[in-house]
Amino acid sequence: MNDMERLLEELARRFGATNPLQVKMNQYYVSVPSAQAVAALTQLKTLEGFGHLSFFTCVDYLEEDRFELLYLLHSYTRGTDLGVRVSIPRTLPVQMEGIHHLWAAGETYQRELREMYGIEFPGSPRLHDDFALEGWQEMPPMRRDFDTKEYSLRTFEARPGRAKIDNREHMKKELYPSEAETW
Amino acid sequence: MVNAPKISPKAARGVDLRRRNQAHINDNPLMPPIVNGKAVFELESGKYLKTWQGPQHPGITGNMSLELVICGDEIVECKTHVGYLHRGFEKLLERRKYIQCFPVVCRIAVPEPDFNEYLFAETLESLSGIQIPEKAQWIRTMQLEMARLASFFMWLGGQGGAFGMETQGQWTVTMRDYLLDRFEELTGHRIYHMYMLPGGVRSDLPEGFLGRLRDTLDTCQTTLDDVERTMFHNAVFKMRAKGLGVINPAIVEEFGITGPNARAAGFARDLRKDEPYGVYPQLDFAVITRTDSDAYARAEVRLEEMYQGISLLRQICDRMPKDGPFFTPLPNVLHWQVPKGFIYTKAECTRGEYGYYLESDGSDKPRRLYVRGPSYTHAVSLMEHLSIGCNIADTAGLMVSLHTYPPEVER
Repeated sequence: MNDMERLLEELARRFGATNPLQVKMNQYYVSVPSAQAVAALTQLKTLEGFGHLSFFTCVDYLEEDRFELLYLLHSYTRGTDLGVRVSIPRTLPVQMEGIHHLWAAGETYQRELREMYGIEFPGSPRLHDDFALEGWQEMPPMRRDFDTKEYSLRTFEARPGRAKIDNREHMKKELYPSEAETW
Repeated sequence: MVNAPKISPKAARGVDLRRRNQAHINDNPLMPPIVNGKAVFELESGKYLKTWQGPQHPGITGNMSLELVICGDEIVECKTHVGYLHRGFEKLLERRKYIQCFPVVCRIAVPEPDFNEYLFAETLESLSGIQIPEKAQWIRTMQLEMARLASFFMWLGGQGGAFGMETQGQWTVTMRDYLLDRFEELTGHRIYHMYMLPGGVRSDLPEGFLGRLRDTLDTCQTTLDDVERTMFHNAVFKMRAKGLGVINPAIVEEFGITGPNARAAGFARDLRKDEPYGVYPQLDFAVITRTDSDAYARAEVRLEEMYQGISLLRQICDRMPKDGPFFTPLPNVLHWQVPKGFIYTKAECTRGEYGYYLESDGSDKPRRLYVRGPSYTHAVSLMEHLSIGCNIADTAGLMVSLHTYPPEVER
């Protein structure tokens, strides 16, 4: 049993981690229950040498009604990446425990996730300050149910004199009429 | 803290100075009272001034702004604001087929788009199990090194300009333009090259290209010698850059600092060595480090990496395979479905760890493509931390010394 297998087994025993997966040499992923996530990250950072937080982000699984949070850690001593995946429900209000006490940079990731996905991290500094979207009043825009086209049509106007063309229809009828049947 | 190198006496002086400044802020009745761990600035009291540096300011790297609270000419609070260049790339990519994403990704970092192309292509290839030909590996590594050199030339101009030395900037931007000529010849484009397609590269080297690249490298080296003499040995530059923005090695992991910013603090970390990609394992180079960890040490690391880049490009020119395929045929890219899965790929760009995380649900569009730019931590949390106690005239020099590109913060 190598060192990483031992670590993944320990994560399973202590924090109920599941689905250990090696995707390439020196890159592993593991799923951890949301209640245990910050405890597991603390152990990984302080005792197991995973001191570098490469990034912290979120993937929206709209059809499964969940967010998948991903903390990607790196250990310089082991030369290994470890992705900790945490599944949380996506129905608003969404809350997750913060990691700003572990990594100073965590605050910025949390501000962005609050703005882009609507995930609240209670206690995170300057969480409600605008990050990239100043004065944004709509649904958090990175959620998959945010309709970018509907938002653009509602917010912006076409310049006068500009004909509206349905690109798909225009290509089928005007540009490539002979090939359209094969599409 | 794992393997933290000892801080050098020179850098320690900088840390002491900073600590003294901090104590001065906390004890001095003229400084703001601390309530619930936060300084409260009564702007009406006349003691403080709130000023904005950027988004339209020559001392700012790209489109971002710093909201500074200053007391005299010393910064007591700094908040960074991004969003002036937010184009929603990650959202755009979720709605496009993989091959439609390819011309979009390079636009994420303007002065150095090639790392985006490389990482996007490499991520897709890893997830789909595509092997690329050896010649493509050599051409890709060559292009990455050319991009590194071009980007550092632009940075040199910025760093000189921030300390009032504008002549060097004119030389280095000319050198960057010579390199862009080579890019134009190779790819047909000067800024966004769109050259490293998934599966290889878009075209073979033009005839006589390597000879012309060597000539350009010779010109670049002569200019670098001039820059070293006139900028790095210049008393003004030394006095202003030494002791400025000292990054304590203890905070390197806390702030996720990578690249020359970490190497100048004594950490021999370089992804080209630690997790080699391309043809780097076949090239001869060493990781360059310093221990002073101030703006001058970071500048020295970058200057040496430029010389190293020239040496790497010469090695590549010598050993570039003469013939062979440069592209692997892909499945029909209009209907290309990448297998379900996820992977994170990273590369060492001029500023540190640049990474792409791709999560595919097995469809023809990415479920999520996350771009990890090193400036995400350097330009926001680290800049806010380092600028406290800094002189307002040195803010521009500090910011450029961290080498930040705002577009990769907001993506």
